[in-house]
Amino acid sequence: MISYTLTVNGVDYPVAADQGRNLLSVLRTEVGLTGTKEGCDDCECGACMVLLDGQPVNSCSYLAVQAQGRAVTTVEGLQQGDEMHPLQRNILEEGGVQCGFCTPGMLVSACALLERNPSPSEEEVRIGLSGNLCRCTGYAKIVKAVQRTAAEPRT
Amino acid sequence: MSFVIATTIDEALAALAAGARPVAGGSDLVVGARHGKAPLPGDLVAIDRIEELRCIEITDAGACIGAGVNHHTIEHHPVLSTVYTAISDGSALVGSPSTRNVGTLGGNVMNASPAMDTGSPLVVLGAEVELRSASGSRRVGLAELWTGPGRTSARPDELCVAIHVPAPAARSNSAYLRLEYRRSMEIAVVGAAASVTLADDGSVSSLRVALTAVAPTIIEVAGIAGGSVADVAAAAQAAAADQARPISDVRASDAYRRHTVGVMARRAVEAAARRALGEPVSVPVNRALGIGAAS
Repeated sequence: MISYTLTVNGVDYPVAADQGRNLLSVLRTEVGLTGTKEGCDDCECGACMVLLDGQPVNSCSYLAVQAQGRAVTTVEGLQQGDEMHPLQRNILEEGGVQCGFCTPGMLVSACALLERNPSPSEEEVRIGLSGNLCRCTGYAKIVKAVQRTAAEPRT
Repeated sequence: MSFVIATTIDEALAALAAGARPVAGGSDLVVGARHGKAPLPGDLVAIDRIEELRCIEITDAGACIGAGVNHHTIEHHPVLSTVYTAISDGSALVGSPSTRNVGTLGGNVMNASPAMDTGSPLVVLGAEVELRSASGSRRVGLAELWTGPGRTSARPDELCVAIHVPAPAARSNSAYLRLEYRRSMEIAVVGAAASVTLADDGSVSSLRVALTAVAPTIIEVAGIAGGSVADVAAAAQAAAADQARPISDVRASDAYRRHTVGVMARRAVEAAARRALGEPVSVPVNRALGIGAAS
């Protein structure tokens, strides 16, 4: 068991956990933020996606202890005050959420994509989301929601 | 149990000398531990915050790529993706955007998977690995480094600090492509890289071809003579299929691998020759030529 501090969505959380624990399990059970999902637990499905210093990372396959001193952003960190992030609003309005399990990871990957590339082509959106599996929607509505967000004037 | 975050190579070497194992992005180590491949080492040293490991130096002699450079950087680097092109082809195919953010070239090379996407490109470009320990440093060729699946000749106290790639000759270029069943989060079913140098008349004066996922390590194809691009590509196809030593597993049968690795070798030679002529074939070749799974 070792003690360290994780900075998640701008808040410092003291953590005491075994050093082999992955970031996903520490976020869900020690920090208490359960928006990030465990899907395959094998770095394949993207349900566990979080941002580490702004870059998308599969938290199931990243040691939590390695994230100390870095800025971790989870889906809970996307909303702006009481307002949903435009990506969250648009994925709901476009019908890009069905069972919802992939949604947090999709939003995190999409957010990183738009930070890097504010007006991506459809192909670029599909590549940006290529580490996120969805078994419900067939992806079209998710891609549309990202493109709609990109087309909106930024506030 | 110990965990150290090293910020210099010397700190990392001291930890290795004391018995710790290195972790960069963790995309092989952490996933492998969960699969029961090998338990997570009790003593770890994180090497992902060592600035010196993240340098890319391009000189007239060649490229020195720090072991901690990630695949995203290699995919988009202006010189690597046009001059040392096959390496960028390989990095661009690794995992997904998130895997490419954390996965490093040094990790790919030292994990020694026969299916690694950067392996064949580094072989055809004649790369050497720089291994450093508290007692000194040495350069090792890849054929000497890889001794089997997941095995290298590096000592436990040695850290891969950089990959050195000699500058390609004039009128030469390279390409790597793979057979894949899907476009993302995929491991090569088979793959091939080619590095081609053209003579003034447009024929191939020299070439190297290496194969991915058809033997216990990445292997180089022997005995392909120069000639017209079409002849050389056909010879590479035949030699690759002949020299492959594939296994059958859940992903493909040995016969299918033997056939398709020949096709990949031919296409790699053709794509490398087109690039050597100055034709723009964008990175990665798989997408540029529509090879592999449809979107």
